[in-house]
Amino acid sequence: MDARSHGSAAVTAVGLAPRSMRRQRLGDIVFRRLTQGFAIGVLLLLGAVIVALASGSTLAFRTFGLGFLTSETWNPVKDTFGALPAIYGTVVTSLIAMLLGVPLALGIAVFLTELCPRPLRRPIGVLVELLAAIPSIIYGVWGLFVLAPLLQTTLQPALIDTLGNVPVIGALFQGPPYGLGMLTAGMILAVMVLPFIAAVTRDVFLTVPAMLRESAYGMGATTAEVVRAIVVPHSRIGIVGGVMLGLGRALGETMAVTFVIGNNHHITASLLAPGTTISASLANEFTEAVSDTYTSSLIALGLILFVITLIVLACANFLLWRLSAKEGA
Amino acid sequence: MNIYAHRRAVNFAIMSLSLLATATGLMVLFLILWSLLRQGLPALSLAFFTQSTPAPGNVGGLMNAIYGSLVMTVVATLVGTPIGILTGTYLAEFSRGSHLAKVVRFINDILLSAPSIVIGLFVYEVMVVRMGHFSGWSGAVALAIIFVPVVVRTTENMLTLVPASLREAAVALGAPRWKVIVLVVYRAAVQGLLTGVLLAVARVAGESAPLLFTALNNQFWSTDMNAPMANLPVVIFQFALSPYADWQLLAWGGALLITLTILALNIFARLMASWSTFSK
Repeated sequence: MDARSHGSAAVTAVGLAPRSMRRQRLGDIVFRRLTQGFAIGVLLLLGAVIVALASGSTLAFRTFGLGFLTSETWNPVKDTFGALPAIYGTVVTSLIAMLLGVPLALGIAVFLTELCPRPLRRPIGVLVELLAAIPSIIYGVWGLFVLAPLLQTTLQPALIDTLGNVPVIGALFQGPPYGLGMLTAGMILAVMVLPFIAAVTRDVFLTVPAMLRESAYGMGATTAEVVRAIVVPHSRIGIVGGVMLGLGRALGETMAVTFVIGNNHHITASLLAPGTTISASLANEFTEAVSDTYTSSLIALGLILFVITLIVLACANFLLWRLSAKEGA
Repeated sequence: MNIYAHRRAVNFAIMSLSLLATATGLMVLFLILWSLLRQGLPALSLAFFTQSTPAPGNVGGLMNAIYGSLVMTVVATLVGTPIGILTGTYLAEFSRGSHLAKVVRFINDILLSAPSIVIGLFVYEVMVVRMGHFSGWSGAVALAIIFVPVVVRTTENMLTLVPASLREAAVALGAPRWKVIVLVVYRAAVQGLLTGVLLAVARVAGESAPLLFTALNNQFWSTDMNAPMANLPVVIFQFALSPYADWQLLAWGGALLITLTILALNIFARLMASWSTFSK
């Protein structure tokens, strides 16, 4: 690497015609500054997003104060707004997505690294990654027309009849089977975050030193025991990083959720009931918001969403970055 | 049951579950594709490609939406590609050990996964409000903002795969730094760079959330970038949620078209990466 930084000095020593020399060095400086300028631009972009959202939401926070975060009312007619139902829906749908998606993603990662015949690994890995390529609006259309009616007639009545009667958690599975609702949204989100978590997990599984793995097999461990005792402990940080990355995606996912959440600004205990999320409220209501307070409240929701996802994604990237730094050392 | 049989049974159960998880993932992929083909194919007629979005009950197509999506994606690509490649170049070539690079890399990875609807809000605040109306330009800018982080990431990765010996050879011949990068490093990594651009195109082509508050939609044929502009994702959003069967059919057709395009782009990008001289 040093050869590169000392390159121009070496050339000077050989003695090139000074004028063309100077021109070339100017070219170097211009090119370097140009790339650096754009890099700083990317940095400023994040700041600009936060500033723009913050200035857009001042009216809402000035009108409702911090009570905006804890108020349950969302009444466009009376111009009174509170963020709690949207925050609640965002968190609950994302948690459902994690509960369903993480075990599936781990299963896929185990399959791809331990079980799958070598020639099939790449094609199956690519197919799983293609799940991430499908636009979120397609998941929405599919969820609305295919998954929701299916759940309404099969899974949801079954849940109401069985888990609905269990004390304590029964409250989560009450009411009529709408088809649309928080559970459906969570299930779609689970499929959408699956490829991200599976890809990260598979990659960290592959960094487990072959010697550790083989030693365990040599002692007679079964594949499941190798995964549990060697692979998973070795890649714990990476798994957590991958899960956080998926969580960040789930929190901000918009179109797929908008189709199947049902847009209802009331907090209900039942997961089968319609709800709303921050992103779905924005998608549904922003262009129809008539008053300034309404618009500003929606932008404030956007700011809250951005801050939450920033924190989650920053944690995820920090974990994954520390991991790759350790690997390089 | 003796301990060996027990361990073998546990192993079998866990391995079956992992197989089941993979089967579930793949099954959802195929179910989605199958629904799209079954519901979307009947919508693909000549009118689908040659007429603009109709009023309910009339014959029509999605030509204006296809055109709008195409134009905004092209503009986003033209704006986003140089910014992304130059930023990636800074990270890979000029930033050894600098704190700025670490921060930029960190921020870029966050932007890569940041909710796209927030980008739409941002562009609404800085462009739509200032201009006083929705427009194709602001939609293209929103897409460009989503485009850049994807290119930055792949560019940095692909440039670091180019062996240092190539750069050293060029420097030894007396080439200045910028010539080394533009004429040697870029040329060696060209397939990788193109892969990044294609993946970014695939990413933004299906984005609807950032267009809702920027390009909005337009029922009619319009090539004016200063006016609201029709685009496939938002038309699909509107038509799918409408109560009219013919609008829903068009939405399925649009969904099929966009999915096939994006999957083709993705697969092509992967092939391109595997042809690359320095692929992993």
